[in-house]
Amino acid sequence: MPENKISVNGLDLYYSEFHALKNVNIDIAPNEITAFIGPSGCGKSTLLKSLNRMNDLVEGCRITGAVTLDGVDIYKDMEITYLRKNVGMVFQKPNPFPMSIYDNIAYGPRTHGIRRKSDLDDIVEESLKKASIWNEVSDRLKRSALGLSGGQQQRLCIARALAVKPEVILMDEPTSALDPISTMKIEELCCEIKDSYTIVIVTHNMQQATRISDKTAFFLHGEIVEFDETEKLFSTPSDKRTEDYITGRFG
Amino acid sequence: MTMTGFRFDMKTYKKHPLSFLFMLLVWIAAALTAAVFLAVVGYVLIKGIPQLKPSLFAWNYTTDNVSMMPAIITTVEMVAISLLIAGPLGIFCSVYLTEYAKRGNKIVKAVRLTAETLQGIPSIVYGLFGMLCFVTSLKWGYSLLAGCFTVSIMILPLIMRSTEEALKSVPDSYREGSYGLGAGKLRTVFRIVIPSAGNGILAGIILAIGRIIGETAALMYTAGTVAQLPENVFMSGRTLSIHMYQLSREGLHTDDAAATAVILLITVFALNGLAEYIAKKLDKNKL
Repeated sequence: MPENKISVNGLDLYYSEFHALKNVNIDIAPNEITAFIGPSGCGKSTLLKSLNRMNDLVEGCRITGAVTLDGVDIYKDMEITYLRKNVGMVFQKPNPFPMSIYDNIAYGPRTHGIRRKSDLDDIVEESLKKASIWNEVSDRLKRSALGLSGGQQQRLCIARALAVKPEVILMDEPTSALDPISTMKIEELCCEIKDSYTIVIVTHNMQQATRISDKTAFFLHGEIVEFDETEKLFSTPSDKRTEDYITGRFG
Repeated sequence: MTMTGFRFDMKTYKKHPLSFLFMLLVWIAAALTAAVFLAVVGYVLIKGIPQLKPSLFAWNYTTDNVSMMPAIITTVEMVAISLLIAGPLGIFCSVYLTEYAKRGNKIVKAVRLTAETLQGIPSIVYGLFGMLCFVTSLKWGYSLLAGCFTVSIMILPLIMRSTEEALKSVPDSYREGSYGLGAGKLRTVFRIVIPSAGNGILAGIILAIGRIIGETAALMYTAGTVAQLPENVFMSGRTLSIHMYQLSREGLHTDDAAATAVILLITVFALNGLAEYIAKKLDKNKL
């Protein structure tokens, strides 16, 4: 098995005429939390989305370069369903489906062919426990997921992503719509599950990156300016622009 | 409005006579609208209810006893068959337009334009088309089936329009969530998007049912006006609206026509109630 879970080599991405990512190279190590930081519009979410090909849904999006998962090119040699099963995603705004909590979690496994009730029951319980929301919802699994609070909904979405047993979880500013307590819960959750998953998180919040991530990449104008151990990047950045950003001189 | 509030209003209105005038106009408009509605319903009920008698619900229609039972059953059949034809067609067409077709596609534009135009055409034109196409060319004769196909074409744009609106209002985040879990397009559309749009689609179908029940012109020339229950779909039959039209046209059975009007009115009320009930039930499932 290669040392890196995901490797991005010379990735260029265009939205029609707009050059959104410029020659991006980054290696993401397994069982670590990697944070992407940078000002709005710098390309960090775009890169995150290209890791499980959610960019395919955007009209006029073109890509050159290579992204590999365990050494396999995800744009050339991998089925998109297989990719997305293995690289799950949690979105900025909690987006539970308008169905019961149970059905939300079971949707993914059912998509991948698991039909037996007892198997599904196990997966639902296990996923909700991993996302530390089981205690809050175990008595109302058949109730609609839309009745949960925002923070609970987001943890439900994490549980939903975990239910298909992915290896990588991409999180696109998962706490930006949540209150501090819910944010804390989700950060704790990330740290708890990182031993079994590879997590990539986009965040606007630099404190969040320092709190939970092992490595941090700083983006600016579609390029990765600096990528290093989180501690080093925030204490002794090697690039002037990184320093200006983390000390709050812009962004 | 409380009395004190009203007095206060009167004071301000004395200062601003124009606003008083406008208030009066608004009140009159509201009162007139309510009055017209109440007058129609009241008239139908007062005229019709005393005319209701058990014999009107006998299984057979005879010249002595103009039973409306065959017409009621025909109406139900007409609604069911038409929805069976136009429902899936309209819904799937809208699914294609909103979910599958690329934006700015020429076919999409053509289909939308056609649907919008069809929506504004008087129903007698549909009747003429149905007569020339189904009754004459296809040699179905005046028949339930010809009527069903004709009203199906008529309600198609209605169903398409409301389905499209409903599908468009499904947030993209649902679609993203589904794709993100590795689901394909088909599963996303059928398991997530269409169920989420259920309410809006249902509203369109209820509207369509109302339209079928109220239709006369398009059916007269396609389904015909035979008062007996059709034994199969290639036989002529009349819906309640046509039944009522025939009764009042002949001039001999105006009382029975009034009774039919009551039943029609009740049907429409019941349908609206049902729609509201289902909508509420679906909403409860969501919350």
